[in-house]
Amino acid sequence: MADLTRDDVAHLAGLARIDLSDAELDRMVGELGVILESVATVQQSPIEGVEPMSHPMPIVNVTRPDVIRPSLAPEDALAAAPESEQQRFSVPRILDED
Amino acid sequence: MTTDLTRASAADLADLLSRGETSSVEVTTALLDRTEAVDGDVHAYLHVDRDGALASARDVDERRGRGEDLHRLAGIPIAVKDVMATKGLPTTCGSKILEGWIPPYDATVVSRLKHAGMPILGKTNMDEFAMGSSTEHSAYGPTRNPWDLDRIPGGSGGGSSAVVASFQAPLAIGTDTGGSIRQPAAVTGTVGTKPTYGGVSRYGLVALASSLDQAGPCTRTVLDAALLHEVIGGHDPMDSTSIDAPVPAVVEAARRADVSGMRIGIVRELTGEGFQPGVRARFDESVQHLVDAGAEVVEVSCPSFTAALAAYYLILPSEASSNLAKFDAMRFGLRVLPEGVDDPSAEQVMAATRDAGFGDEVKRRIILGTYALSSGYYDAYYGSAQKVRRLIADDFTRAFETADVLVSPTAPTTAFRFGDKLDDPMAMYLNDIATIPANLAGVPGMSVPSGLADEDGLPAGFQILAPAAKDERLYAVGAALEQRLLSSWGGPLLDRAPELSTAGTTTKGA
Repeated sequence: MADLTRDDVAHLAGLARIDLSDAELDRMVGELGVILESVATVQQSPIEGVEPMSHPMPIVNVTRPDVIRPSLAPEDALAAAPESEQQRFSVPRILDED
Repeated sequence: MTTDLTRASAADLADLLSRGETSSVEVTTALLDRTEAVDGDVHAYLHVDRDGALASARDVDERRGRGEDLHRLAGIPIAVKDVMATKGLPTTCGSKILEGWIPPYDATVVSRLKHAGMPILGKTNMDEFAMGSSTEHSAYGPTRNPWDLDRIPGGSGGGSSAVVASFQAPLAIGTDTGGSIRQPAAVTGTVGTKPTYGGVSRYGLVALASSLDQAGPCTRTVLDAALLHEVIGGHDPMDSTSIDAPVPAVVEAARRADVSGMRIGIVRELTGEGFQPGVRARFDESVQHLVDAGAEVVEVSCPSFTAALAAYYLILPSEASSNLAKFDAMRFGLRVLPEGVDDPSAEQVMAATRDAGFGDEVKRRIILGTYALSSGYYDAYYGSAQKVRRLIADDFTRAFETADVLVSPTAPTTAFRFGDKLDDPMAMYLNDIATIPANLAGVPGMSVPSGLADEDGLPAGFQILAPAAKDERLYAVGAALEQRLLSSWGGPLLDRAPELSTAGTTTKGA
């Protein structure tokens, strides 16, 4: 399944929260098609029954002692915010009803 | 020993400093002046911190004057790739989405440099979020290769390779997800190491692909790389994938430069066709030098390496699409409101910001990753790629049963011209064909200069790969080869690079 339609790309861009322009969509359909065709060759390797590998080292859970240590001051954490108010991040409305 | 402070190695500068024959302020000033003179053309830096670097230099000089016990590299200036968080210094990752972002904390690598007393000269250019092999994907314009300003300096860490190759810094920090330290080193005639995964903390490194990313040294000599590796390596409780073991004895290995009795494995799949003749010729000569130094050559086969590129370009976009979800216009970075929408929702603002803030290559990879991870395709793409990853790791394990290190050319070609591969993503991806397997398996790798290709007179790189946690072997082989090549060349390879114009066309940063 290496044929990606323009609608597929538009859908994926929506999932990825990228508002692609029409010109970008047109270009990306072709480019992604070529890349997908190439990466799909992973399926031709002798992978039957092979254990997937997600990480170079075995992952172990790491914990630390439950003691208080210094963290960012609120003004530092908010310093780069596009907007802040009352010591909080100020964001656009998150609900869609009107 | 050279007395030009900008051309001296970090090891030589350290000796000069400890003998009181120069000061850190003097060294730092010389390098900053060099940057003023040449970086208008090279564009290795996105930001230069003259005042901060000189303040740290003065501090180290004072401490030295008081007789304090200092780190060996104290007072030696360094440049840091713009993917590392630096408190109080802009960190953009080469992206418009982070333009003007000043992190409120230091990456562990940066803390360790500061702790060692190393002045930070500035932040180096890179492909946006480390996606690329040429720096052409930087939102702030490409870095130029000091060997030929019409050519790429490699990528993603082209700023870090160019900054050391153009004598603006003896040392730089790079990061390597699929070759971004090693390939830039190869095409600029410099040295670069990707340590074992987990050998250097990733805390504060803006993640591209968390299971592949690794920071490491970019330098002009193998010993300098070892000295820097030792500063930045070692366990960090802030990174859950950090290896809890001492840093391998890299400096000692670089000093001994001993390969007698070592079995050097030539990877059949990473030689021959597809590699430029001049790159192959320098590779063959380098192997002969190692034989002359007492090593034994064996040929090994790693059949799954041929599928590494495909697996990588599924695993990397998948991880990247997830990692870059944090650029959501809410807590930091760019916020762009969609045009013609009254009272836009957070989701619409996010989508407008990510369209405006990310470049084409980043968008391509995020969408590719979103696809590879989406339900119905996960097993066919991401799942299959993870199985190939296992096969590649198994190939390494088998190969290291018959060889102590593996070798290949670092990159298939010398530096190409700007624009040559920009419109063909697959052609760009092929640059990393020899470097990617190490990232997938987590093993360490190094590139050292092997000479100039006959057909174009540009530098080629020799790659060395070692088993996980055996980083010292890279330095033994790299140093032995460097020694022999230097005597055959009669001096450093970079002495043959053309002189850069020192007209100082622009003054950068603040």
